[in-house]
Amino acid sequence: MATSLHVLMALGGLTVGLLGFTGWMGDARALDVPWLVPLSGLSLRMDPLGGFFLLLVGATTVPSSIYAIGYARGARRGLGAYALFVLAMAVVPLAANVPTFLLAWELMALASYALVLTDDRDPAAVRAAWIYAVMTHAGFACLLSGMLLMTAWTGSLTFADWRAAATTLSEPARNLVFVLLALGFAGKAGVIPLHVWLPAAHPAAPSHVSALMSGVMIKLGVMGILRVGLEWLGVGPPWWGVVLMLAGTLSALGGVLYAAVEVDLKRLLAFSSIDNIGIILIAVGAGFVFHSTGLETLAIFALAAAFYHILNHAAFKALLFLGAGAVVHGAGTRDLEAMGGLIKRMPWTSAAFLVGALAIAALPPLNGFVSEWLTFQALLQNGRIPRPELNLVFMLALAGLALTGGLAVACFVRAFGIAFLALPRTEAAAGAQEAGPTMRAAMALLVVACATLALTPTLLLPPLGATAARLLGDAAPSSREDLLTIAVSGDFATLSMPVIAAALGLGLVLPFVLLRVGHAPSRIRYYETWNCGRLLQTSRMEYTATAFASPFRRVFDFLYRPERVVEIEAHGESRFFVRRMVYRNPTRSLVEDWLYAPLLGAVRAGTARVRAIQSGSANLYLIYVLAALLVLLVLA
Amino acid sequence: MREIGAPAAVVGALAQALLVALAAPLLVGLVRALKARLTGRRGPDPWQPYLDILKQLRKEAVISTTASWLFRLTPFVLVATMLVAATVVPVLVTRPALSFAGGIMLLMYLFMLGTFFLALAGLDSGSAFGGMGSSREVAVAALAEPTVMLAVFALALRTGTTNLGTVAERLGGEPALAAHPGHLLAFLAFFIVMLAETGRLPVDNPATHLELTMIHEAMILEYSGPYLAMIEWASAMKLFLYMTLLINLFVPWWIPTEVTGAGMLLGMLALAGKLVLLAVALAVLETAVAKLRLFRVPELLAGSFALALLSVASVVLLR
Repeated sequence: MATSLHVLMALGGLTVGLLGFTGWMGDARALDVPWLVPLSGLSLRMDPLGGFFLLLVGATTVPSSIYAIGYARGARRGLGAYALFVLAMAVVPLAANVPTFLLAWELMALASYALVLTDDRDPAAVRAAWIYAVMTHAGFACLLSGMLLMTAWTGSLTFADWRAAATTLSEPARNLVFVLLALGFAGKAGVIPLHVWLPAAHPAAPSHVSALMSGVMIKLGVMGILRVGLEWLGVGPPWWGVVLMLAGTLSALGGVLYAAVEVDLKRLLAFSSIDNIGIILIAVGAGFVFHSTGLETLAIFALAAAFYHILNHAAFKALLFLGAGAVVHGAGTRDLEAMGGLIKRMPWTSAAFLVGALAIAALPPLNGFVSEWLTFQALLQNGRIPRPELNLVFMLALAGLALTGGLAVACFVRAFGIAFLALPRTEAAAGAQEAGPTMRAAMALLVVACATLALTPTLLLPPLGATAARLLGDAAPSSREDLLTIAVSGDFATLSMPVIAAALGLGLVLPFVLLRVGHAPSRIRYYETWNCGRLLQTSRMEYTATAFASPFRRVFDFLYRPERVVEIEAHGESRFFVRRMVYRNPTRSLVEDWLYAPLLGAVRAGTARVRAIQSGSANLYLIYVLAALLVLLVLA
Repeated sequence: MREIGAPAAVVGALAQALLVALAAPLLVGLVRALKARLTGRRGPDPWQPYLDILKQLRKEAVISTTASWLFRLTPFVLVATMLVAATVVPVLVTRPALSFAGGIMLLMYLFMLGTFFLALAGLDSGSAFGGMGSSREVAVAALAEPTVMLAVFALALRTGTTNLGTVAERLGGEPALAAHPGHLLAFLAFFIVMLAETGRLPVDNPATHLELTMIHEAMILEYSGPYLAMIEWASAMKLFLYMTLLINLFVPWWIPTEVTGAGMLLGMLALAGKLVLLAVALAVLETAVAKLRLFRVPELLAGSFALALLSVASVVLLR
């Protein structure tokens, strides 16, 4: 039954994806069921942006569901929640009024909450689910209040009416709505400092669900921000974009820095999702700033870069999560320090993970490089805004993005190198099994997706630009560029991915051929690794994940606040004979220490005060109800 | 952009890649010979690196039983990235064959691609030295990245493009553009990045024989025979390309914009002259300074970042 449902989900995902594709290409559709949802009825509208995100939902569901056939092995737990989760994610981008949107949004949150709790005997998963529930509902409260305010001020529950009405609103009112809604959506997107739930919740869910959560769900938060700031509220002041860019830079750097020292493979990927959301937000913020300073072409370009990165991240992050799931499945651990040597035991998974790692590290000729390049080019053109204070923000974002790119390379060298290379560090890793055929097929599908996205930017950018243009309220620019090369603002910069791929391929083959033609002897002797003359090569001589991250802990110690805990148990007779030694080097989270700990403390102190009126007597509570009613009647 | 035919482009690309590939070991040999002279040794002939590479190509390779296919693939990837990079950097003409493929960002990420594979190969043999080298190499590469982008941004603000060829042409045609504090600051920042990225003193010592102080050499400790030859050769190309890039981005005079006999000859002579000057500067610097402690390297890179930041700020404010 589980298998047939997953097959059904894959087919459903395909249908949804195709539907989304037609919508993205400009096929407008509408569906209204007045009796289904209270207040206004269910109302769905397909526009290019909604179609784009629907395509994202469908296209990621297909490999995830195929993977689940082998991964879940017929387990029935969480099946309903999985179906509901995908359904809710498919409704969110199309929702055309407030009740439909909020209902779908909440359904998505609840279904994913249930999925985080799939393994409810794991205390870490229970805690993760709890944090997730609190954070997502705090975000929901922000969304609800923002949307209700907007409804009250514009007199309409339909999003389409808001754009026209927003121009009549006062500046503070628009700012308030923007802040509330952006906070709610940023919470779902996992923007620092609202990210605390993400690295806990994503790893706790089964890997194919993690792929969907990281690849798609958090992007719907970005979609919300796009809709608020560009569609529902019209043209905003530049500071909206500036705030988004700064938050994006913070998320990108923070996310990658925590990913670089994380030893839990799935948590590492979750932190890297925060990093990528940051990159997307930098591009979105740049689009906002260009839009509000009247540079529409550049705004469209920046938003197209953001869309491209959204697609790319869905492809490679889903790939990496599925690869991590295969490792968890095969080696039975999520701890990098317990892996090693998997490249010889799980060759297919290793190759797929390597492609994902190269793509996410933005290395040519894979897809991550395309969107990173586009984002850089969008940022580099800020010289056309004649305002030094805005140039400064762009400069910070540029430097932050560059550092993020460098650190992502380091992070994924570490993730792949420690997990897959050298000797296995544990028995479990030594006995790891390769993933089954459906799991491998799903990963292969995503490898193909990464390669396709890498080679076809010239095909993808015009529709992405058109989507951005529609969002900004412009007519679509219909410039069709040549198939090989993307040109940015004339001669500013050009990119040709097929040429890069071909040149690299040629460069790879050329020395090989030359060695053959030159008759270089191909004598190879296999021998053990040189280790300063030691006799035995064991996995204990390998560099560990913790040691690999040590330079980062040293350089960015203000952020990690690392502690060194060394416990030495010596022999009774002499302290120079060590019996056992424990070395730990934990890092801490600045956000949790400085923001959430005081906040939770304040909440606890506040609730302790409120407890005074809680007597437990039903009569007293009835008096409270009466008093509240009277106050409301007087106010009304 | 001038239209050139595809066959001509391929021939041009191959010619430039060939030139870089053939000339790179000489540059390494020259720096070594100069350093030897400066420290009062006679030192090897500048042509010695060619002999080394040829000797290694003929030898048997020893490969660790721990290593995987990735270890054997890495030298090829490294050579491939450098060959492609050689067709992107303006060396012979301002717009080499693949100058349109992605500009300076492509170049930086190609170098990163090489670093990525080399760092993985360092981990692959399971030796502690390899892992140590990898960890340090990626840390240095990551920290150098923001400086590059800001220096590029400073140039883009001055010349209105990030296309390497156009930067060189605009600065070459209008030398007054280079007379700006931002230009000099960006040059200094980029110079420090070059030292870090190509593993020179004071960041890494290319001549060290002590494993604990190594960065680049520790990563490639397990390589031998033809594989080692390819890695050494790729490292030489990286140094050549970085130095050429530095020269042709910041002092791009006498580089031909068209493919003509006399112009090319003048361009090659000018390039050779400028490279010798920079090699002397590098040799003097490497003789004069000691290697920094590893955890002082971030301070040096932070310094170069500050220079780049100042450069951009001066361009924005003095506009």
